[in-house]
Amino acid sequence: MNGASVVDIARPAIRRRTLARSLRGTLKGGEYTWALAFVVPYIAVFVAFVAYPVVYGLWMGSEASLYRELFADPIYQSTVVNTVLYLALGVNIKMFLALLLSGFFMRPGWWMKALLLIFVLPWAVPQISTFISIHWMLNGEWGFLNNVLYGLFHIEGPHWLNDRWSALGAVIVSHIWKWTPFWTLILLAGRMAIPLEIRDTAKVDGATGLSGFVHITFPLLANLYLICTLLSTIFLLGDFNAVTFVSGAGPANQGHVLATIGIRNAFEIAQPRLGVAAVMSALPMVIPLVIILMRKLRTAEVQL
Amino acid sequence: MSTITAEARLTAARTASHALRAVRRRRYLETAGTLLLSFVLIVWTIVPIYNMVMISLEPEGDVFTDHIWPRVWSIESFWGVLTQGHWYLEHFWHQFANSMYMGAMVTILTLAIGTLTSFSIGRMRIRYGWLVSNVALLTYVIPASFLAIPFYRIMQNYGLANNLWSVIAALVAFATPYAFFVFQEYGRSIPIEVDESARIDGATPVQIYLRIYLPLMAPALVAVGTYAMLLAWNEYLYQFLLLSSKSSMTVPVALAQFLSSDQSPWNYMMATAIIYAAPPVIIYYAFRRKMTAGLTVGGVKG
Repeated sequence: MNGASVVDIARPAIRRRTLARSLRGTLKGGEYTWALAFVVPYIAVFVAFVAYPVVYGLWMGSEASLYRELFADPIYQSTVVNTVLYLALGVNIKMFLALLLSGFFMRPGWWMKALLLIFVLPWAVPQISTFISIHWMLNGEWGFLNNVLYGLFHIEGPHWLNDRWSALGAVIVSHIWKWTPFWTLILLAGRMAIPLEIRDTAKVDGATGLSGFVHITFPLLANLYLICTLLSTIFLLGDFNAVTFVSGAGPANQGHVLATIGIRNAFEIAQPRLGVAAVMSALPMVIPLVIILMRKLRTAEVQL
Repeated sequence: MSTITAEARLTAARTASHALRAVRRRRYLETAGTLLLSFVLIVWTIVPIYNMVMISLEPEGDVFTDHIWPRVWSIESFWGVLTQGHWYLEHFWHQFANSMYMGAMVTILTLAIGTLTSFSIGRMRIRYGWLVSNVALLTYVIPASFLAIPFYRIMQNYGLANNLWSVIAALVAFATPYAFFVFQEYGRSIPIEVDESARIDGATPVQIYLRIYLPLMAPALVAVGTYAMLLAWNEYLYQFLLLSSKSSMTVPVALAQFLSSDQSPWNYMMATAIIYAAPPVIIYYAFRRKMTAGLTVGGVKG
């Protein structure tokens, strides 16, 4: 009797100790407090400025009637077309160019290094500055592009930004101009990371040029290329600046993408819920992307 | 006999020179190709920047003419910006100071929060640290512009509208995940025994963090600091939504206001854009090597 009651009293204490240990891990009392204190600032920032807005946004966009209104909006319909084109062309052309150019920049010599320094300029210069410059460059009457076309070939260039498709094309080209250098640098680093022995052995075995690329380089770069493409897709989906500054989402609101239509709905026509709904309508595409990307990123971390 | 050997020698020499010529021709072609591609790349890269510089160097009236280089060179517009000489530019230095302050705060806070968290997760191995890492990874892959509308509402509720700190908070929240990955990845190259021996000698976690961890992490700090600064400098949407008063406005918001007016003074705009672009370009080229090292670690792997 007596013994049993002692055991009963002692048990919660043991349980409590193991719970505390499982929380602390191997850290001693004082150290655990410090470790916790070091994480608290980030957790506070995350809760206040990421988690809360996410939950708030989900709540704002939770009414089904919003989506009926949204899908009936002709501006939204053209937005979806624009977004798909912007993603498909912008991401793929840019990544493919970056893949080719990273091979080009592998060539030896001082000239390549100097060229690379010039080539990364678009990435180093803030986008607001350069996109405004491109906007003016494409002006139909006084823009640099049409002046050059007239000066060299006596062609009267069109008003580039007054046509829906050429305006969208200008945005895509601007995006490629701005971001190709960045991804080229990443893929260049990926190529550099391929051990020299592999490249040399491949050369001895006759895998040079195209066959070396197809059989040696690309298989080794494929995972990196896929991760870059997925990341770039998500970055581009959230891109607000290129559309805003290059084409101004024009002409006549026909040039919007999902990132800009949300802001337009919320602040220009003062319907914040409709704005959130526009952004939320991208979720069916974003969530699978994020899941694949998170999985890829974690395995990449384990491998290296 | 002698004629045969001479002939043989001749053919041998011929094939050799053929081979040599083929090699030479290939090398010429390669050089020509490299030069051609280099030329195309330089033109492609420079044109929008050249356009910016050209217009900034023109007197105001000359912008609306058809030409591809300035007819009269003038630094009038740069002078106008620096002395706040145009009515659009009345508050330029104030806006520039705001941008600088914002960039500096984002950099400092990202470094502080990033190193503290990475130290706790990576070096002290706090339990459930992986959970924090994964949550941060999720932040990294959510487009910031998708959260702008609820963020704006919340800032109104917090009473932080027209306050630089609202933008600083948003940028720190979006820059820290990247910082974690670079710091944790870089931290793996520092043996954990360093920390352990300090611990045995009686160093407290704070001492280990300040005296051992931070100095050893210096290269990664430079990489992440540059990244955070450039992020703040490139950002527009949150500044546009949250900073509209005269006192809180930053340079990008002011530049965008130029753009939306009918009578845009293009030469002043371009001069402002160039002056605004100068600090990040200088910082980028100064820390370029460390930047790319950090980017390949964090930018690609997450």
